[in-house]
Amino acid sequence: MEALKETASKAQDETSKRADDPRWRRVNRVMRLHGYRPNALIETLHMVQDTFGFLEMEALKYVAKTLQVPLSRVYAVATFYHFFSLKPPGKHTCVVCMGTACYISGAAEIMHEMQEALHIEPGETTADGAISLVTARCLGSCGLAPAVVLDGEIKGKMTPAAVLETIERWQADASG
Amino acid sequence: MTIPAYPTFPRGDSELGKPVGILTLKIDDRDVSARRGETILEVARENDIFIPTLCYLEGLSSLGACRLCLVEIKGVTKLLPACVTPVRQDMEVVTDSERLRRYRRMILELIFSERNHVCSVCVSNGHCELQTLAQKLGMTHVRFDYLYPRLAIDASHERFSIDHNRCVLCMRCVRVCDEIEGAHTWDIMHRGISARVITDLNQPWGESETCTGCSKCVQVCPTGALSEKGKSVAEMVKHKEFLPYLQIMRRNER
Repeated sequence: MEALKETASKAQDETSKRADDPRWRRVNRVMRLHGYRPNALIETLHMVQDTFGFLEMEALKYVAKTLQVPLSRVYAVATFYHFFSLKPPGKHTCVVCMGTACYISGAAEIMHEMQEALHIEPGETTADGAISLVTARCLGSCGLAPAVVLDGEIKGKMTPAAVLETIERWQADASG
Repeated sequence: MTIPAYPTFPRGDSELGKPVGILTLKIDDRDVSARRGETILEVARENDIFIPTLCYLEGLSSLGACRLCLVEIKGVTKLLPACVTPVRQDMEVVTDSERLRRYRRMILELIFSERNHVCSVCVSNGHCELQTLAQKLGMTHVRFDYLYPRLAIDASHERFSIDHNRCVLCMRCVRVCDEIEGAHTWDIMHRGISARVITDLNQPWGESETCTGCSKCVQVCPTGALSEKGKSVAEMVKHKEFLPYLQIMRRNER
């Protein structure tokens, strides 16, 4: 019983500690709005990712404890949805659409060139933290195939050369 | 005992004159009776009719994940999983046909090709539900290319180890840990071909904060994926007898 009380007060401490940080206040607000119900998990993870850019292990533990969801369930949900990322994103992000329409119009070639240029696999970030390479399964912009999202901006009818141009600019930014 | 046939009666009328909640149906041309709410699989088992299962385990919730218990139902074009399909009045179920045998064999072949199920060096050789099913359903070869994934073994737990090469993702460990032990240490991360069972935040089993070391997951695992340490080839025999008792105890608590 004593041990239980101790754990509860520790959790309380953690909540109040995080209450001083405006970023965590955003997350806490979402959980409070949902009455700390376990089914607010996805909603809360959305806010964590929105606020911090990715889902940190400590954040997953905190959300699991506060919403009383098993740790493994939180991890399962965070990895099931491609939207959630467990790794910090690079300064710039390049999303290559690998949906059917983009694939047949040359997305694979773009991806290959990018991997060559950046020396990373899809889903990874360059060692200097400058650029993340991500794949997506159809952006719903099949008319623009092959489509690439460069820092949140959708570019259609892309060629390897056009994407590389932007990548080189980003790399120059990072080193300069 | 003669039970009259009711094929032409509309549903509902044919239940007249019977004790409340008792349904009659046909499984493999045999007349059987069932309680309302029972599944086809439960009724079949009560009547000693064999339907192969892999993810199903009495005492745990049913998932309908492995699809080995697929059966044909007259008037339904799709095959339905017996473990999650409730019986209905006048239903006609076929549990064994060439079509079903073909599908079941193919499902097994797909399971075998996805991981490294090498029986000759497996702790569960001779006591494995997957192996037994393959023998029983006459799976003689695998027509698909083996994927040969390079999967790690986690032996960080003091008494048990997990070999992902043998895992069929039946989720029995996940369910027994959640529903019976109440710890929910296990779950499945990612999806599709990259799905894996995990403990807590995908950390080594030995470092899991929530695992109570009760070994229920090990005992219900149908293959050699979860095993006790110190067991050599073919030495791992699982004991699942505890499950029905525990389920009754849990139910009485409520």
